[in-house]
Amino acid sequence: MYDSSDLRKGLKIVIDGTPYIVTDFQFSKPGKGQALYRCKLKNMMTGYTMDRTYRSGEKFEPANLDEVQMQFLYKDGDGFHFMDTQKYEQVALTEEQVGEAKNFLKENMEVTVLFFDSTPIDITLPIFVELQVTKSDPGVRGDTATGATKPATLETGYVIQVPLFIEEGDVLKIDTRTGEYVERVKR
Amino acid sequence: MQRLRQRALILQAVRNFFISREFLEVQTPVLVSTLAPEPYIEAIEVPLGKGDSLYLITSPELNLKRLLAKGFEHIFQITPAFRKNECGTKHLTEFTLLEWYSVYKDYVWLMECCEELLRHAAKVVGNWPVIEYGGMKMRLDRPFYRISVQEAFIQWAGWDPVANYDADRFDLDMVEKVEPHLLMNRPVFLYDYPAQCAALARRSSKDIRVAERVELYAGGLELANGFSELTDVKEQIQRFQEDMERMSAMGRRPYPWPAAFLNSLELLPDCAGMAMGVDRLVMLLTDARVIDEVVAFPFKGV
Repeated sequence: MYDSSDLRKGLKIVIDGTPYIVTDFQFSKPGKGQALYRCKLKNMMTGYTMDRTYRSGEKFEPANLDEVQMQFLYKDGDGFHFMDTQKYEQVALTEEQVGEAKNFLKENMEVTVLFFDSTPIDITLPIFVELQVTKSDPGVRGDTATGATKPATLETGYVIQVPLFIEEGDVLKIDTRTGEYVERVKR
Repeated sequence: MQRLRQRALILQAVRNFFISREFLEVQTPVLVSTLAPEPYIEAIEVPLGKGDSLYLITSPELNLKRLLAKGFEHIFQITPAFRKNECGTKHLTEFTLLEWYSVYKDYVWLMECCEELLRHAAKVVGNWPVIEYGGMKMRLDRPFYRISVQEAFIQWAGWDPVANYDADRFDLDMVEKVEPHLLMNRPVFLYDYPAQCAALARRSSKDIRVAERVELYAGGLELANGFSELTDVKEQIQRFQEDMERMSAMGRRPYPWPAAFLNSLELLPDCAGMAMGVDRLVMLLTDARVIDEVVAFPFKGV
């Protein structure tokens, strides 16, 4: 169990059966009064944040979270399916849980799946992924000013801005933190 | 680097301020055999072996009042002080405290003194008459805002802590509902606290339910706390006993009975005293959001 004095940014605790991460923390002591711990907490299931103030001596259950390396298999009506390549166990996450990551998920991609009490709740992509361009119109001639870009559709269906020299079939390196083009890997 | 240079200027300004007003700078022990019992302030115990221990001061208050009882009339001290389990963006386990005391004065004088001190220090670091803290501009050349605890709570928390004191709710609402409103375009004095939360303050002659205690806030920082000091020995003994019982109830070992202080209290004239966090004063005047930025090597506790 954690105590109020253990509260700090990044700590993961359970409140009413839900895992929360402390995203902001302020130790406060009004006048000669009792110590108070003001927290901003993010619900790790929904992403919503809330403010809570705790007194000293309050107890918190640590969130039992596990990270497992898994492979993305496929997407269907039930959601996104992943497999633990060591134990051959499969799990499914909803589109909401996968969130923005769905734009960069490709079959067989290795990702980190976050489990809370054995239930998958979130995934983390590799920082860089390689994806093929399935559609991109040729750049308009004459439009060669530095930094000029055009849209390109990736094999996941996601559209990003790329330099004008990129062609259909090229494989691009994408930064999943920003969702931006980094470089061309191969033609 | 720059902030440490400014800190030196501010410390010098504080000293000049008091010395030019004929205050005597004193030094009193940091290592003491006992302290005023405070339910929510915990001292660091220094074991001496064989079961004996001393404490690092959480404030030089008792020592300074003993000097007043000896006949000193206007004194100040700038000292390290230590409070266990206090660390955060505005708290350090070891911090620097300025305390000043003057005889035949009260908390109204303390407020005026704070205004003049802040103005003097701000001029020295070149922020006059407007200081900016955390993007908020504050004018120092006008009287600071004054609001009683009762008015503040009725206005912002919706209840009257003087008529119906609720210790638990008081601290929580102070932090969540009152303090956010104290971010004003000038510093603020919050005064006349419920008597229950002013261990060493004299009760007001106008309303015995409140004590003549004042806190100074500026830019969201709680800068200073002061009292018209309690000089009634009987009442002081009773409050110490109550606070020691509260400490025991919280599972804390009470400090040894402060006999030397209580003996000197017989000779203590009417007086007023204020404690100001020097690190926070430097934060305010150098626009530092985190206390670590204004000390050389911050110790954040274990």
